[in-house]
Amino acid sequence: MPVFGGLLIGLLVVWLGVNFVKSPANFATVFFIGLTNGAVYALVALGYTLVYGILELINFAHGDVFMLGGMISATFITSVFGLEDNAAVSDLVPAIIVSLIAAMILCAVINATVEIIAYRPLRNAPRLAPLITAIGMSFILQDIALAWKGPEYVSIPAVLPKDEVFHIGNVVYTWDKFIVVLITIPVLVGLLWLVQSTKQGKAMRATAQDRDAAAMMGINVNRTISFTFLIAGSLAGAAGLLYALYFTQVRFDQGFQLGLIAFTAAVLGGIGNLPGAVLGALVIGFIQAFNEGLAWHSPGSDWTQSIVFSILILILVFRPEGLLGERTPEGA
Amino acid sequence: MRNLRGYVSRAWWSALGAVGLPRERWESFDRLTRRAVITALWLVIGLVLVYIEGDWNWSAILAAVVVFALVVPPWRRLLPRGFGRFVVPGAVLLLAVFYPQYLSPNGSWWPGLFGWPIFGPFPAMDTMVVMMIFVMMALGLNIVVGYAGLLDLGYVAFYAIGAYMAGWFASSQFASHKIHFGAVGVTDELPGFHVSIWLVLVLAGIVTAFVGVVIGLPTLRLRGDYLAIVTLGFGEIIPQIARNGDNLFGTGFNLTGGTQGLTPIDGPGFGSWLSANLGLPENYLTAANQLNLFYWTALVLVIFTAFCSLRLRDSRLGRAWIAIREDETAAAAMGVPLMKTKTWAYATGACFGGIAGAYYASFKSATFPDDFIFNISVFILCMVILGGMGNITGVIFGAMFLSYLDREGLANIGNWLNDHVGPGGAGVYNKPLDVPLYEFGIFGVILVVVMLFRPEGLIPSGRRKAEFREGVHDQPLYDATH
Repeated sequence: MPVFGGLLIGLLVVWLGVNFVKSPANFATVFFIGLTNGAVYALVALGYTLVYGILELINFAHGDVFMLGGMISATFITSVFGLEDNAAVSDLVPAIIVSLIAAMILCAVINATVEIIAYRPLRNAPRLAPLITAIGMSFILQDIALAWKGPEYVSIPAVLPKDEVFHIGNVVYTWDKFIVVLITIPVLVGLLWLVQSTKQGKAMRATAQDRDAAAMMGINVNRTISFTFLIAGSLAGAAGLLYALYFTQVRFDQGFQLGLIAFTAAVLGGIGNLPGAVLGALVIGFIQAFNEGLAWHSPGSDWTQSIVFSILILILVFRPEGLLGERTPEGA
Repeated sequence: MRNLRGYVSRAWWSALGAVGLPRERWESFDRLTRRAVITALWLVIGLVLVYIEGDWNWSAILAAVVVFALVVPPWRRLLPRGFGRFVVPGAVLLLAVFYPQYLSPNGSWWPGLFGWPIFGPFPAMDTMVVMMIFVMMALGLNIVVGYAGLLDLGYVAFYAIGAYMAGWFASSQFASHKIHFGAVGVTDELPGFHVSIWLVLVLAGIVTAFVGVVIGLPTLRLRGDYLAIVTLGFGEIIPQIARNGDNLFGTGFNLTGGTQGLTPIDGPGFGSWLSANLGLPENYLTAANQLNLFYWTALVLVIFTAFCSLRLRDSRLGRAWIAIREDETAAAAMGVPLMKTKTWAYATGACFGGIAGAYYASFKSATFPDDFIFNISVFILCMVILGGMGNITGVIFGAMFLSYLDREGLANIGNWLNDHVGPGGAGVYNKPLDVPLYEFGIFGVILVVVMLFRPEGLIPSGRRKAEFREGVHDQPLYDATH
């Protein structure tokens, strides 16, 4: 198998290299797009990885919480603040901060509610049971958005400025991309601090390792799990805001697909591993951007999903511990 | 939940005691009497509802009598030598076979079937064909999910492969070739592969079973939720190949017709010789009772699938599936080969899905990539879970009910709501509600509610019920060596 994997990576490097030599400018543009995609995926992927780490459950509803975050942000930006294209910076900054906080809080509450309704009663049921309710909750959240915003795309004005931050040659790195990264990084740092340096984070890690032992040590397991869902939901809310601002449209059924891509990122990085999820998300973001943007022999956006899911299947079959994950006794 | 149930039960019995039927007296009757009284009570309630709110005619009384006659007498004990256990299934089968005959009025004495309250009339024939096809798919998925306990979220992939098999071998897709073999209703000049639909069904079954093995071999060693996500991945990749397959890898080779799909696909039929000698229909598409023919053929396929499922369940292989579902570690320790057994479950389930897909494509005379979205996988899964995982009767019921809701029921319910509760009636809400739009949200609610309150399904198998109620040793074993 290493031969096969090496060959695949070799081909990938050759393909990237030829594309770079042929058109460095295009390559740099695509690189920046990939970085931005990766930042959004990272926030969503972290939610999957947190929940999987603690409950060993694929929270299918997570992508739809992210989508609801986008809807909430869209409502705040257009209805509450009434921003329009190219809004002034003095209007933009408070609007983004307030929308971000609102989306994070509301999504956290939604995610924790999903947990209490659909997962908590099934703690001791066969493993398939919560997986099935997760799919059910995903459809329910989609239809809530459908009833709220209708079946069409919800458009958000392009409020982010497209001015230059810096440029390499004649490739310009614009503010809208930079803002996405600018919001992502403090959120990520805050999360890492929370999980690694606070008492609540310690409780989360203990519960993830062994729920029964954690309970015996006096950790309130249910509260810790709820807390994890709150955190995951708030990350999804932040990602929803960024997605809505950057791509300027959201639809009720977009969350599920994007959630699956983010889940692939979490698996790629090693599920349960926080830095791994970020790394995996960046890799998936780059793969998507390269696939859709490069000129020489790229399959194109028609095949993005197939490529992402092929990566998912290959990783799960050949290296279930992911890029950064440790091999656990469970083998996955 | 349990407190509520106890409270209702106490209130009920004290009310009955007040009118002279305390619980002790009721329980002193023999079982047959009690069953007859309870059934009669429910049937009368049903009749009253149909009379008040439904489309009443005397067929409702007849239906009630038939149900009473089937449910109440202990047929198993009444007939000698075990014939009794065939009475109820046989009667249901007869009712199903003659459904087209008594569905609508015959012009003289038969008034046609009555209409239900809220749900509206009985399903029309084209709905019945689709319902039968979905029953077949649900039975196939039941082998994977219900028997072997492997969650498959990409079942739609097999359905798609079956449908495209019909598209390739029974249409003019590959116009540069011309091979005709037993197809009916095809002129001699028509280019492309035209193989008899019956052979295409067999071929689709074999090919999808083979694809099931190919997908299963590397992935089935994964544990439950990882397997679910891998099958989901396949379920997303295969429709995308179908969608982009009109120009594969830029070579211009048109495999799947892209978003245009493949159409028209030949209809089934038995050809002129069999028609002349055995009286079988020559070509379904030109027959006057086209829908009835499609329905009866689908019924035969369903019976075949149900029979295979039943026999497989009691076979050595089926018992191995159930052993793996209940406790993988113990099963492996008892010498059940895990990979081989799981792969067989996968291949068998895939086979039925493929046959159903090919038949559906032939019925619709077309196949489009948008028929194979993830929601369909969940739709079929929902049928299996609602009816009762692992139980044939339950799965058939779940599949018929949900596919009926999908085709007619939700629209009827929506109309009823809008006419009675909404703008047309009580005016609880003002804008007409588009109920079918929220179909999958409703299915989501069904999934969650069933899993929370009745995880064994509406008509469970006793064994599955015990597993859900008492719990099983659910830690999987890994025979993976990577």
